[in-house]
Amino acid sequence: MAGVEAGTDFEGRLEEMRREAYLKGRVDSTGARPAGSPMPVASPHEGYYRQPLLKEPQWTPLVPLYFFVGGASGSLGVIGSLADVFSGEKELAQKARLMSFVGVAISSTLLILDLGRPSRFLNMLRVFKPQSPMSVGSWVLAGFGASSAVANAADFIEAEWGEGTLAAQLRNLGRVGCVVFGMPFHNYTGVLIGASVIPVWNRRIRSLPREFGMSGLQSAVGLLELTGETDSNALNLLGLVSAAFEAWEGAELLRNHDPSLLPAKRGPSGILVQLAGALSGPVPIALRIASLFTREKKTLRRIAAVCGVAGSILMRYGWVRAGSVSARDWRIPLEIEPSASAATRLEERQTSRLERARQ
Amino acid sequence: MRPTITQAAGERTAFLTDSTLCIGCKACEVACKEWNGIEADGLDLTGFSYDNTKALGHSTWRHVKFVEGLPEPGIGGNDPGMVSWEFSSDVCKHCEVARCLEACPTGALVRTEFGGVFLQPDICNGCAYCVVACPFGVVQKNEQDGRAFKCTFCTDRQKAGMEPACAKACPTQSIKFGLLDELKQEADERMQVLRDRGMHDATLYDPVETSVKGIHSMFILRGEPETYNLPPNPEVPTIYLKDGWKSAAFEAVAMVAAVATSFLLWRRSS
Repeated sequence: MAGVEAGTDFEGRLEEMRREAYLKGRVDSTGARPAGSPMPVASPHEGYYRQPLLKEPQWTPLVPLYFFVGGASGSLGVIGSLADVFSGEKELAQKARLMSFVGVAISSTLLILDLGRPSRFLNMLRVFKPQSPMSVGSWVLAGFGASSAVANAADFIEAEWGEGTLAAQLRNLGRVGCVVFGMPFHNYTGVLIGASVIPVWNRRIRSLPREFGMSGLQSAVGLLELTGETDSNALNLLGLVSAAFEAWEGAELLRNHDPSLLPAKRGPSGILVQLAGALSGPVPIALRIASLFTREKKTLRRIAAVCGVAGSILMRYGWVRAGSVSARDWRIPLEIEPSASAATRLEERQTSRLERARQ
Repeated sequence: MRPTITQAAGERTAFLTDSTLCIGCKACEVACKEWNGIEADGLDLTGFSYDNTKALGHSTWRHVKFVEGLPEPGIGGNDPGMVSWEFSSDVCKHCEVARCLEACPTGALVRTEFGGVFLQPDICNGCAYCVVACPFGVVQKNEQDGRAFKCTFCTDRQKAGMEPACAKACPTQSIKFGLLDELKQEADERMQVLRDRGMHDATLYDPVETSVKGIHSMFILRGEPETYNLPPNPEVPTIYLKDGWKSAAFEAVAMVAAVATSFLLWRRSS
């Protein structure tokens, strides 16, 4: 819209209007703004004074932390349930089970503390709504917490009174529960934020659950390694798999040139997301591969673990922050693009309405 | 005298807000605050137009927008040298498919017998998920109080056979309240009248073609809805759920398979 802004070529715009009137017999577009007037206008190009249409997410910083702890805890639950079944890794499995229980306790606390009315947290369990990922998540959290508690109770009974049918039965029950609930628990938060009106989230609805889930697995592996499990080849392979996946997701994000994804690429939120991508993708891959060929195996794996865990935390903070930035962008929900195609579409709509009105 | 609305059980009501009649007096904002006992928004000058309320929020359930546009000679009899000035009173849209209601994990948000969406403040626990669910940016959490708030559709007044406070207070009948079907017809008639008078930029905002499937607060605007901060194609985020859960299920199965395979590969032969 050349010549519309104050202080620009006022006479030139008048010339344009005269030419348009001469050629078409009428002037459809708006005239020139009074020169010197700093008044902002509301228009199909500026929206309502560029006021954001959507509301920013109002979660406290505890929520991204909850996303991280939940992702790690769910994955630890799955590792703890399967490691000793598929291999003899009894100690590793028991440690994973215990850590997953601590994780689920922390994550419930974080979730409750974030509520505006923490005393009403049980209201989450008065209904079950499959169409609400928040409701599904609350039930999954409750189910996973119970399963994890049962599995750990079995470990406790065995430690106190020795092996028996009760402990074995309880452990199997907990094992099944931890896998069944751990699967959604480690990645549902991706669906939670993806199924929202925030453009940078809902445009990534397909990749957020995968990204958050694999990131959860990587942080589970990292937390186990940091507590001494640096000998397990299975964990190293899992670390590699999840890091490779994260690297692929990161590359895929960079290849996508949708302008509504800019908050995940530029600015403070973009830096967070990209840094998280590097820390959970290429960096641990390099470190884990290098650890196979050097004597400093344990050190390298510990560094990879720290990177993976840090990347996993930063990723949740980055995406939640990108959501706030995205909500402030009035252009996307109003479908105002700085491109020519949007202006053409608008003009077409206006013309067709005028024609309908004339009939 | 306004016609009294006689409602049969289960009949659905609506607002029709006609910005061609609005004079920007903000009586609806004040009446809403008074009836519902909402706190003041505070004095915060925006610097654009005379609108210092900006948007709907937890303490603003009616918001009069002051749409100042470029001078448009010949439109509405404006002085060619003056900016064009429109007003429009915004409100919760009470969508037919309301994502805030679907997203609420406590069941605090419910559909009333009048077709509106009502937030029960005694159930809400302030999880703030409805805030990112609304395609119109209506619901907001009050950080001091801890709960989310929005327009109640004056369900309490409607139950007593009264019209909502904003519609009652409107001095120009810009805010019309009535039965949804009748108002839709009234809106079409009004649009015809406006067109006959030569107001060719009048538009009816009622996104029935989108996944929102229609709203209980229709608006007659002048020009494009974007100017009034109304999304031309609002979409309920429910449409993303299927893709999201599919992807989550795929990843979860892959994760369990990866864990099982890795530990099988390095089975400890003890």
